[in-house]
Amino acid sequence: MELLLALPVMLPLLGAAITLLLRHHTRLQLGLAVVTLVAIFTIALLLAWHVTQHGVLVLQIGNWTPQLGIVLVADRLTALMLTVSSFVTLAVLVYSSAQSVSENVERTPVAIYHPTYLTLVAGVSMAFLAGDLFNLYVGFEVLLASSYVLLTLGGSASRVRAATTYVIVSVLSSVIFLSAIAAVYAAAGTVNMAELAVRLDGLEPGTRMILELMLLVAFAIKAAIFPLSAWLPDSYPTAPAPVTAVFAGLLTKVGIYAILRLETLLFPFSQISNLLLAAAGLSLFIGILGAVAQTDLKRVLSFTLVSHMGYMLFGIGMVTQLGMAATIYYVAHHITVQSTLFLAAGLIEHRGGTTDLIKLGGLQKLAPLIAVLFFIPAMNLAGIPPFSGFIGKVGLIEAGIAYDRTSGWILIAVSVLTSLLTLYAIAKIWNRAFWQEPSEEIIARDVPTPRVMTGATTAMIAFSLALTVFAGPLMTYADEAAHSVLQRTPYVGAVLGDEAAGDLRYRIDDQGQRVDNGITQLDGAAQEVGG
Amino acid sequence: MHVSLALLLTAGVLIACGIYLVLERTLSRIVLGFVLAGNGVNLLFIVAAGPIGSPPFEGSGDPESMTDPLPFAMVLTAIVISLGITAFGMALAYRAWQLFGHDEVPDDVEDRRVLRRRRRRSEDAERLPWSQALSEEARRGAIAHSQGLGTGEDEDPLGSDLTSAEDVPQDATEADEGDADSLREAMRRRREHRRGDAAALRHEIRDRTSDEEDI
Repeated sequence: MELLLALPVMLPLLGAAITLLLRHHTRLQLGLAVVTLVAIFTIALLLAWHVTQHGVLVLQIGNWTPQLGIVLVADRLTALMLTVSSFVTLAVLVYSSAQSVSENVERTPVAIYHPTYLTLVAGVSMAFLAGDLFNLYVGFEVLLASSYVLLTLGGSASRVRAATTYVIVSVLSSVIFLSAIAAVYAAAGTVNMAELAVRLDGLEPGTRMILELMLLVAFAIKAAIFPLSAWLPDSYPTAPAPVTAVFAGLLTKVGIYAILRLETLLFPFSQISNLLLAAAGLSLFIGILGAVAQTDLKRVLSFTLVSHMGYMLFGIGMVTQLGMAATIYYVAHHITVQSTLFLAAGLIEHRGGTTDLIKLGGLQKLAPLIAVLFFIPAMNLAGIPPFSGFIGKVGLIEAGIAYDRTSGWILIAVSVLTSLLTLYAIAKIWNRAFWQEPSEEIIARDVPTPRVMTGATTAMIAFSLALTVFAGPLMTYADEAAHSVLQRTPYVGAVLGDEAAGDLRYRIDDQGQRVDNGITQLDGAAQEVGG
Repeated sequence: MHVSLALLLTAGVLIACGIYLVLERTLSRIVLGFVLAGNGVNLLFIVAAGPIGSPPFEGSGDPESMTDPLPFAMVLTAIVISLGITAFGMALAYRAWQLFGHDEVPDDVEDRRVLRRRRRRSEDAERLPWSQALSEEARRGAIAHSQGLGTGEDEDPLGSDLTSAEDVPQDATEADEGDADSLREAMRRRREHRRGDAAALRHEIRDRTSDEEDI
């Protein structure tokens, strides 16, 4: 069973190698890539089932001791992320396959598309499964390197321009991450996360804080948290629609996943939770103002992406079980819905020939199917009941009420306001692209939409509706995941053995209080901030 | 823990020089900057490895006196990764040079838009002082203007700036470059190469010609 853990990384890499060899046979490439992703999706489901039944899974590669070797770990959180991400990548791949029958075919060199796409999937899986910081870094690099290639597919002028900023910012974050790993190794003598959890607890608060901040900056650049988010809206919109969909759905969430691990496993209840909340509030508000001001469909969506990262950071910043559970649910919801929206934007671009909201118009009559396919995820993103976005936001707001601090109340106000403004931005898109009087050009341009593209988008919508329908069991699952993440002992115990887990100094109980050697400190955060 | 001051200083100087280069405007210098900074960070790993010891070979001596080999393994991995990323960065710089004749990093699109809007609003008012213009090119234009070499009064200094994303044609690829004849030439060669795809290529050429007619 443990060996299954290696497959989400190994299979796509193997698939990438073979598809690269088959570069003259596009159909074969596509088939192989689809088979690989279906296999990963199945494995992710199996892992999720196994993890709920038997607890955390650990694979020690080459049987090295965890402190020295590479460890792959899957707990509930990892399994959920893997399942959602593999479904999204599969749907997007199917969607992009139809572009070869659309007119865009000559513009994208398909030969390298599939291998790079599979490498990206390998990088994402590796980042989710990594049991040590350095392996996480390698996973990040694998996915970033593939994202550079995907962003510059075809090497056109606008893409080279957009990619330049993206590459520079990403490499900078990698350099920061790498130096943070060096600092962590110097301070703790290991990079294994479970062992770090034990050893970092004993460090001085000042050292802990520096290490935490360095890692946080590196991850926050990847997750596009507000002061570090300026690169995102400039680089994403120029890429092909399916590529943007995967980037928007997955790459930022890998950053959020890393922040979640950082704030729970490595530095539980750190001194900077107020900083996180402030960043969350600013991301929410400033991001959505950017979205309101834009006139290009893809840019509006990119800005809402920046804004909604704030919701997830809000949940992480509170460090209560309710908040974490809501965040985990929200991550799953947001990966799906944001990718779906970008796929729908691709459909609109396909039909209307542009994503400029001033030039678009009349699509509701001209392409009713696209209108439906855009409407559902858009309402979902804005948090209209009964969709999953509503459930996630209600969960976060409930957690904020239970948190009951000034910062929590401010954040609740900001998130409600953001939700409203999201609805405004979405309504603006709807008015312009679907209701506005269409130009002659758009009426004349009667391109049939390939069934595969609408089919893949429908599948994504069905998945997001499944998140809504099965919200109950999923919330329970997310709650258990949050519980085990905050307790830390299941993770550390599975990697190092129960004895080491007993050495953990801190844990967080259900009420979000920090427990130090079994003594509950009332209002621990306030004391930490004061001290 | 013993720390080698020489290593630490070298790392510091490398990283400082790297950051300085990263602040430059051309991509090739930025890539060089990342190479320097990356090397500095790699030295930090060697600092983290602790005091110098004997080579870490199994059975060659007392394990206590050996150097910690783990950071070196990480440094090797980091070097390989930075090699790949550097290669990509250089390729990107070369492609930018091919397309635009320079490899300057573009300004933020929003910044330019805000500037443009402000210029439009204050059209009747006096021109913006050069220090408020955003780009290097605009600044150069303003300096040239002040020295009497200036362009016409109504010419937009931003217009000459290739780094504006809006001046860039949307999604033209390498295949779109050059005139139609050379394109057909390339098509013919490809057709001979792969006869099976003839139909698709004919379709493509029809698309191209219709594009040209549109233009």
